[in-house]
Amino acid sequence: MAPRKPPLSDLYADGARFTDFGGWEMPVEFDSIQTEHAAVRESVGIFDVSHMGEITVSGPDATALLQRLTSNDVQALSVGDSQYAMFTDESGTILDDTIVYRLPDEAAERYLFVPNAGHDEEAYDRFVAHRDEWDLDAAVENETDTWAMVAVQGPDAVDAVERVADADVSPFDWGDGTFTQAAGVESWVSRTGYTGEDGFEILCPTDGIEAVWEAFVENQGCTPCGLGARDTLRTEMGYLLSGQDFDPAEEPRNPFEAGVGWTVDLDTEFVGRDALAEIADAGVDEEFVGLMLRERGIARHGHEILAEGETVGHVTSGTMSPTLDEAIALGYVESDLADPGTEVSVAVRGREKRAEIVPTPFID
Amino acid sequence: MFEVPEDRKYMESHEYATTDGDTATVGISDFAQDELGDVVFVELPQTGDEVSQDADFGVVESIKAVSDLYAPVSGTVTAVNEELFDRPELVNEDPYGDGWMLEIDVADEGEFDDLLSADEYREQTE
Repeated sequence: MAPRKPPLSDLYADGARFTDFGGWEMPVEFDSIQTEHAAVRESVGIFDVSHMGEITVSGPDATALLQRLTSNDVQALSVGDSQYAMFTDESGTILDDTIVYRLPDEAAERYLFVPNAGHDEEAYDRFVAHRDEWDLDAAVENETDTWAMVAVQGPDAVDAVERVADADVSPFDWGDGTFTQAAGVESWVSRTGYTGEDGFEILCPTDGIEAVWEAFVENQGCTPCGLGARDTLRTEMGYLLSGQDFDPAEEPRNPFEAGVGWTVDLDTEFVGRDALAEIADAGVDEEFVGLMLRERGIARHGHEILAEGETVGHVTSGTMSPTLDEAIALGYVESDLADPGTEVSVAVRGREKRAEIVPTPFID
Repeated sequence: MFEVPEDRKYMESHEYATTDGDTATVGISDFAQDELGDVVFVELPQTGDEVSQDADFGVVESIKAVSDLYAPVSGTVTAVNEELFDRPELVNEDPYGDGWMLEIDVADEGEFDDLLSADEYREQTE
């Protein structure tokens, strides 16, 4: 199967290196991961994130359908607001994570949610199947191929977005969004992101994204950033990566193990709720933690975590932190070893390196 | 275009060895450093260690990739560029100069015949 290409692909094809991610051929690096990472931490960068899925749910039972398929309390969302949530199966295992936006619509309840790359079709199928099973009145559309998405991230993002978009976005709280013109293109602009910096995500029709990208890159001087920097930025924050830090097949985890129990509202009815209520009572055996290596080496996905010679967990994400210039990692360890300050080791290509459990985010 | 100096020979796996004399200086090519991106970690053998042609002698890691390093020729390690432990970015900045990795006392100069010439290597990377 040929990889899906984001609509901006031709525009920057000569200036980027590409990688396959979730079935999409995406830019991994434009200039260098370190300079792109620094641009986002210190000024402003722009990411093409059109590989993210877009699914809309609308109609009289839209709220009820989302409530029953996501872990968080959808009813708490006011128009223009958004929330982070998990999709879980009956056993409480995370299938994917998502942001749910409540869109302004006078005619009906209407939501947009954004599943991860390559998860749009399964999410769509799941929503349609449950809607039909529960006989709910809601339209579900997979609009992944009609939307493009960029993320403008960094301390200077608000200034850049203020200049490109018509709406006054500076008063927005995190998660707030609005429909507005950006570079003359009708767009959904929300104060969200995956970098730990202030920033915005902008969704618009695929045929308008080139104007939006060029407005930010050419006129506002935003640094084009690839998925490489997106990964180092999110790892420094301790944010989960779907398919790597959790995955229903390779790394089955519930939200309490994965450190996102705060997205679970047990007072709502959703698929997985009963299992998660039991897990909340019983506690979890393993927890998602941050690690810093205290010897030269870089922990990577799949490396074992050891204590006193015994395997006590494994690394799910690891890299050299461009901000700290230290090797950082995320992974799961037995709960009694999960407290910050606990000394463990990581088997880096078979050789044990001293490491310490540390709080996340890794940076201030 | 990538630099491919004429005064050394190359491996298909992108390591180079200088060929003037009994001691070969070993590192990775300009093409290789560019493919890797920002080099953030290098693991090398110690002075006195033996390396064998085509066997791995160390590791170079960029943020996004981990690559084994293969010895272009067999011999005894006579010097290690320890500067790279603190400044691995030298591999990106100057792969044929300050970014060198090892000096090897070459056991068998005949092994140079197994390596690619600059022209042959350039062809491989085009």
